[in-house]
Amino acid sequence: MKLKTFLMAGAMSAVASVAMAECAFENEVELRSLSAGFEAWNAVTDAWAECGNVQAELNQEFRTLQPQAFAADPSLYQIGGVSNGTITPLLNEGTIRPLDDLVEMYGQNLRPNQLIRINGEIMAIAMMVNTQHLMYRSDIFEELGIEVPTTWDEVLEAAAVIQEAGVVDYPLGATMKTGWNLGEDFINMFLGYGGEFWNADGTPNVNSEAGMNALETMMAMTEFMDPEYLVSDSTYVQQQFQQGRIAMANLWASRGSAMDLEGESQVVGLVDAAAAPMAVEGAAPATTLWWDGVVIASNISDEEAEAAFRVVMEGLDREMVEANNDAAIWLIEGYEPGRLALGAIATASATPPPPAYPSTSQMGLMHTALGNELAAFFTGDASAEEALEAVEAAYTTAAQEAGVLE
Amino acid sequence: MKFKTFAAFVGPSVFLMLLFIAAPLVTVFVGAFQLTQPVVEMVEEETCTPGFVTQTCTTTTVTRPVLDEFGEVVTTTEWVGWTNFTRVLDPEAAGAAIRAMDWGQLMQVDFYAALRFTLMFTLVTLPLVLGTGLAIALAVNNAARSIRGPVIFISLLPFIVTPVIGALSIRWLFIGDGILTSALEVWLDRDIAMFAQAWTIELMMLFYRVWHVAPFAFVIFYAGLQTVNQDTLESAIIDGASRWERLRYVIIPHLMPLIIFIALIHLMDTYRVFEEIVGFTSQAHVISLQWLTYDFLQPDDAGNRAFGRASASAMLTMVGIVFLLIPLLRRTWRDHKGGSH
Repeated sequence: MKLKTFLMAGAMSAVASVAMAECAFENEVELRSLSAGFEAWNAVTDAWAECGNVQAELNQEFRTLQPQAFAADPSLYQIGGVSNGTITPLLNEGTIRPLDDLVEMYGQNLRPNQLIRINGEIMAIAMMVNTQHLMYRSDIFEELGIEVPTTWDEVLEAAAVIQEAGVVDYPLGATMKTGWNLGEDFINMFLGYGGEFWNADGTPNVNSEAGMNALETMMAMTEFMDPEYLVSDSTYVQQQFQQGRIAMANLWASRGSAMDLEGESQVVGLVDAAAAPMAVEGAAPATTLWWDGVVIASNISDEEAEAAFRVVMEGLDREMVEANNDAAIWLIEGYEPGRLALGAIATASATPPPPAYPSTSQMGLMHTALGNELAAFFTGDASAEEALEAVEAAYTTAAQEAGVLE
Repeated sequence: MKFKTFAAFVGPSVFLMLLFIAAPLVTVFVGAFQLTQPVVEMVEEETCTPGFVTQTCTTTTVTRPVLDEFGEVVTTTEWVGWTNFTRVLDPEAAGAAIRAMDWGQLMQVDFYAALRFTLMFTLVTLPLVLGTGLAIALAVNNAARSIRGPVIFISLLPFIVTPVIGALSIRWLFIGDGILTSALEVWLDRDIAMFAQAWTIELMMLFYRVWHVAPFAFVIFYAGLQTVNQDTLESAIIDGASRWERLRYVIIPHLMPLIIFIALIHLMDTYRVFEEIVGFTSQAHVISLQWLTYDFLQPDDAGNRAFGRASASAMLTMVGIVFLLIPLLRRTWRDHKGGSH
């Protein structure tokens, strides 16, 4: 299977170099980009490569690499792929440039929705939205006569029925790998229970009722999951789905299209998506809204920035979207939502809608503290209260060191 | 040798040692007592997030670092005394846990969990590495001359594999339904998840480390075995010493300096156990001291690195190694003095 993917990639790049003419202009400036490595970035960076002289690096560790690489002078990359979470350090350190002039010159095809403005200045160009949605095996649900769950309680009930029937290895999958993924899952659940991360004076407030509820629900989920869940990230859950080993997961929308990839997936056409479940009936779905987009480094010459922006625009155009319609929930002109996008759209347009993930230093620090400290609860080394206390202690230390808390 | 010639020979290496060993050590030592913080300000910020149709804009007060005229973040560095060490060691929580005789509570402080694993790992692998290394060396030494070359080559292979790659290969053999896990499942007829609890991960790590380092011990012992006095061995045989007695009273005393040497190197290396943690992504269950330092150095999601705490933790690791080595070094020193008269 892997070999086939490689061959495909080889064939695709051969096609790409032949199809160089598809780019509207020939790029003469050496450009490098650094972004995450999911489906949508593959599509976009391939489109950039058509313009020539673009070296795209798709790296799952981009989160740790990007701040330092962009802080170098000259910056190691001209183009960066970010989300509303990972843009924070770049904004903080001033290593990305305002794009207003470039948008005016080359951004005629952008929708106003795509321009990420911070204090009125355009700092990033969004290309897609991302959120969690409930993906489920429609064939199993139909066979067992289960309604599509809308709350986590219903998810757990459905999981129990599937467990009983024994049709898959594990009814549920979740991205609960220690670190960023675990933190993200907790944040979703915590917000779903109406939690507030901070008190008015900036001290952490996760050791609260919402925090306890969130951990309790997450622990209840683990009973239906592969016991190795603390090493399971998005790719792992995606593969579990593709190999028919799980029946449900609240997974990133950007992973949806992989379910229908012939050659990789054994469940083509059998997975549907619904809105992310609610933690409390009538509340917003227990998830956060994200966008992914492009930034341009500030420590580069204006010529490089101009070339970089033109290349970026070339990748974010209608042709790319039409060729890769199902790779993401694009914000770009020409996008037609497909079957697997319905879940994410339902999530984002729910009333009340889920909140957007905030791009603040505090959120970054909190996310790290949660990701590191909560594992002790799931391994059984700490009670929920002890784990949440540890989170607050870790956050307080980190926030004091970062100067954002007295 | 004239002092000038001596100095000319030694000079470059002393210079390099100062540059690459002493200077970083001093920097880390100084860094352990300092805290560098960005200067931050509170700003009102309007942020817009795209929805499917339109954007939603919210205005919030956020903290952003202050930038100077060159676009660099303005930072302040202060002397903070033992604060970094206190934050790493958390004596308050540790004291409370020890008074309450609560092992689980003590393990809640990362440093002690890391210390527990690091010490266990170091002390358990040491005899295993020495034993396995010696066993392979004896086996090869007794093997027919014609197959010795290939056997030595094969025994050395694990040592040649890059540590992280080795750890990853073992991880892939066992994770999820890896082939070895599946084989075990079929054999034992039960569901096995090797990465779901700490002790199975620790077992795999121990196995991996012994597999990886035993060839090193083997090579050294094998070289040592070539110099065992054959006359002594023969007279031992004539005196009726069994195979075991020959090993116990002739070979092992002869190899003792080598055993100490390997033990020294192994303790120093293993106390800095790191590749296993990364390779097995075990940080939920098991962490080591070196990994803790690395974790402090990794930027968090807001882009901050805890240099102060990382330095403190690195200093503590060094102190730990020195403590471990003291008994062995004392022995070497005694032997050295004893042998000099």
